[in-house]
Amino acid sequence: MPSELWTQFDAAPLALTLRIAVVATLLALVLGMALGWVFARTRLPGRGLLEAICMLPLVLPPTVLGYGILVLMGRRSALGAWLREHFDYTVIFNWHGAVIASTLVALPLVLKGASSAFAQVDRNLEAAARTLRQSRWSCFVRVTLPLAWPGILAGTLLAFARAMGEFGASLMVAGSIPGQTQTASMAIYDAVQAGRDDLALMLSLIVSAVSVAVLVLSNRYLQRPTP
Amino acid sequence: MKRRLLLSLALASLPLLASAQQLTVSAAASLTDAFKEIAPRFEAARPGATLRFNFAASGVLLQQIAQGAPVDVFASADQETMNRGADQKLIAANTRRDFAANSLVLISPVQGAPAVAALADLNRPDVKRIAVGKVASVPVGRYTQQALESAQLWGALGPKLVFADNVRQVLDYVSRGEVEAGFVYRTDAELLKDKVRIGMTVGGHAPVTYPAAVVADSKQAALARDFVAFLGGAEAQAILARYGFGKP
Repeated sequence: MPSELWTQFDAAPLALTLRIAVVATLLALVLGMALGWVFARTRLPGRGLLEAICMLPLVLPPTVLGYGILVLMGRRSALGAWLREHFDYTVIFNWHGAVIASTLVALPLVLKGASSAFAQVDRNLEAAARTLRQSRWSCFVRVTLPLAWPGILAGTLLAFARAMGEFGASLMVAGSIPGQTQTASMAIYDAVQAGRDDLALMLSLIVSAVSVAVLVLSNRYLQRPTP
Repeated sequence: MKRRLLLSLALASLPLLASAQQLTVSAAASLTDAFKEIAPRFEAARPGATLRFNFAASGVLLQQIAQGAPVDVFASADQETMNRGADQKLIAANTRRDFAANSLVLISPVQGAPAVAALADLNRPDVKRIAVGKVASVPVGRYTQQALESAQLWGALGPKLVFADNVRQVLDYVSRGEVEAGFVYRTDAELLKDKVRIGMTVGGHAPVTYPAAVVADSKQAALARDFVAFLGGAEAQAILARYGFGKP
């Protein structure tokens, strides 16, 4: 590899990609666990439809997701105009926009992992904990969560890998602003467009290596039989 | 049985026959509307010929040609990209012709944004985001960079710049009101007069001229040369003029 590539190399897109993926995964984890619990344990009316809607970002074209965020949160939208008016804030051309897009695509993976993990937890163990005068919350934290955790973690790792790879929706919402919103996937796209094949190849290899590491980790948890 | 075999062979070869007269033209995004109108005129003048367009930023198109995309004619929005094509021997240099000219304008949304009528206005705090083409691959981005460098504003405005994939994306950002200002060609701004306002015509950059050339690897070189010549003819020039393009 030519040494000039190293001197010109900009690590900002990689750092930003990690930052976005970490924040998006944490958000997806909280949301996914809450929704997974609801879908696995309650008889909420319209549950099936709600679950399908939550899973939608997994199969929708990224352009639909990006367009949806623009319509709902763009400057001309009611929410976007209100945020701009009162807080001088917008998610458009802001890395927060990429976090929203990444959270939405990551959510289904956490949600699926969490709801099946919660469904597999033996209810007798929870009932036993309740007879030992554990509160509902304490029962959840001390019994349910430890039992469901491997399944949730496997989903979360997949979600992290997916969030790192987000491209289309983030590009539409956050734009490709070097040093501000340009993620690794966008930097690769720009490099290909500009004919910088060396840079594109190098970034692709780094992103692939990180993703493989995360997937290996995720598989390890998936293969561990849930107790 | 034999007849069926012959029939299926004949059917299978149909696409080959059809593509025998098909011309693929990779053209700068700013040419989209004018070229779509020129196409039926050319097809009428050359019975049997069909045009297929591929519109994107000129730098992206050249990149595709360099990677071996089956393209017959390349029409760029600047000389620099075409020069790069000539340097890499991707185009037949002797077929190169300038066929149109354009100008760079500063635009802002008609609704809900501050009026921007001079380059100095871009420094104002209420102008938060400015859309420009990506400098490495989009000609309008390079013209914008030259103009802002001439005005010694490029460095200062850096943090406000949003880079777009092509000139039409800049236009889209401005027309949606997601940015307060942007740099496009006059012909693009004229297409969305109800949504964007032209603040000024911007100088301080290389002249905006459009060269077209036959791609070196074209399998339809004769027809491709015809199309390049057609662009310079009265019929195509009248259409280009109607969209606001100037003579080269």
